[in-house]
Amino acid sequence: MAKEYETVIGLEVHVELATKTKIFCGCSTEFGGAPNTHTCPVCTGMPGSLPVLNKQVVEYAIAVGLATNCSITQYCKFDRKNYFYPDNPQNYQISQLYLPICKNGSVEIETAEGKKQVRIHEIHMEEDAGKLIHDEWEDCSLVDYNRSGVPLIEIVSEPDMRSAEEVIAYLEKLRLIIQYLGASDCKLQEGSMRADVNLSVREKGAKEFGTRTEMKNLNSFKAIARAIEGERIRQIDLLEEGKQVIQETRRWDDNKEYSYAMRSKEDAQDYRYFPDPDLVPIQISDEWLAKIRDNQPEFRTEKMKRYKEEYEIPDYDIDIITNSKHLADLFEATVAICKQPKKVSNWLMVETMRLLKEQDMEPEDIRFSPENLAKLILLTDSKAINSTVAKEVFEVMFDKDMDPEAYVEEKGLKTVNDEGALRKTVEEVVAANPQSVEDYHNGKQKAIGFLVGQTMKAMQGKADPAMVNKLLKELLED
Amino acid sequence: MANVISDETIDYVGILAKLDLSAEQKEQAKKDMGRMLDYIDKLNELDTEGVEPMSHVFPVSNVFREDVVTNGDDSANTIQNAPEEKDGMFMVPRTVE
Ligand SMILES: [Zn+2]
Repeated sequence: MAKEYETVIGLEVHVELATKTKIFCGCSTEFGGAPNTHTCPVCTGMPGSLPVLNKQVVEYAIAVGLATNCSITQYCKFDRKNYFYPDNPQNYQISQLYLPICKNGSVEIETAEGKKQVRIHEIHMEEDAGKLIHDEWEDCSLVDYNRSGVPLIEIVSEPDMRSAEEVIAYLEKLRLIIQYLGASDCKLQEGSMRADVNLSVREKGAKEFGTRTEMKNLNSFKAIARAIEGERIRQIDLLEEGKQVIQETRRWDDNKEYSYAMRSKEDAQDYRYFPDPDLVPIQISDEWLAKIRDNQPEFRTEKMKRYKEEYEIPDYDIDIITNSKHLADLFEATVAICKQPKKVSNWLMVETMRLLKEQDMEPEDIRFSPENLAKLILLTDSKAINSTVAKEVFEVMFDKDMDPEAYVEEKGLKTVNDEGALRKTVEEVVAANPQSVEDYHNGKQKAIGFLVGQTMKAMQGKADPAMVNKLLKELLED
Repeated sequence: MANVISDETIDYVGILAKLDLSAEQKEQAKKDMGRMLDYIDKLNELDTEGVEPMSHVFPVSNVFREDVVTNGDDSANTIQNAPEEKDGMFMVPRTVE
């Protein structure tokens, strides 16, 4: 009889914090600068330079810790993790080993199987490394240190997850909490959120954990799900063949859907951690903690409750809108201007979601402003444009975030409310389509739809369909 | 000298420190390291029961900076430290993935 296996998964999640400057120097963290333009002696590890801790990093780390039910280490320190690699100019990474800032937390996840707590072992602060680009032409590597020293928190879970579904639910929960806090935008594709997956398998019911591997290079939820499935099968196959799983780091290749053992960075994982003598300890007072706790934002559960009381929109809409901080902010800001929650919600739920899906974008990538969405809603309300035109304008706005009022004016998209002009077109359409007119008189009500369509076409879509309908009926009943 | 450092240990430390040692240098390093460990053994004779480990000499904590950009483009200075340069980046031997 085939053995049954259980998958055991723990995650190490790195999150780039949304500070303006690096963790230990006043260099900008802005993404996309020309190579090495955001560097200084501190973040390139020059001898004699002295790191000074960015206070905002500590506050973000505490805020995330509080939101994930961690206890905060009120006396904490930084340690040096020693290794040689060209992306690490100091030859050590400043991190926290002995006294991480947050410990023993948990988050609740929900999957088809129900609700479950995933425990957080610790959260620590550390610095990011530079970026290596491989130059095939010269057969060398090129290093850009702009990212070196960008602040990270690493959130280490306990091995509490049992499926890809749980892993994704956990990541989505973390991402939402951190986005609500404004501590990071958590974009997997851009690397501001990165997950390493520790996975082992064991026979169902076994008490001991199997040997685990660590998988890196997972930059989308889909890649994570595929990598988990691939690695689970690989490990089970090994065990079934009577072989052993080797504890190693593997790199997932999402194109080939297979993971490869990474050649170790020149031997042993011997990091020889020791306290960083350049950085003094951090003492987090009760007052400081209380202040951060008081400033925690409204989280999703509270927001959902408030939406239900404040706006008359369906629960389903509330669920979707509050599932993205950016969407929720956009919704609230737009409603504040145009005072029409139902209509704002409709634009977000229908057209926005459709375009996001078509263009493979996340709600965080939405570019249009609440001001412009509000203007578009008011334009439709005042019947200045009809709903078909509104959708066209919205599509352009979704891409370019232009002012819809100016756009409608410039492109001449305003609805023609001049009854005389409209009547003339209607008369022409009726004259040109005798068959439809006859059908209508023979009781085919549907024929009027065709005539409305023809009129709208002749008016290049810029007519109020209700008015066209009314005029047509008047004319046909004569 | 009470502590004797093995060849394996000195080779391993050499790898970790990225040092290419000659046979003579290895012998010398073994002696030096042995003496250092002897000194640590000497220190370990002290009774430190109940003494907190110390990581910093001065009783200073909470030295912070505000999150304000103070540095501009210093790439010209940074890149001066590159062994070789290409497209504003440090050119290094190809790293394994
Ligand atoms: Zn710097």
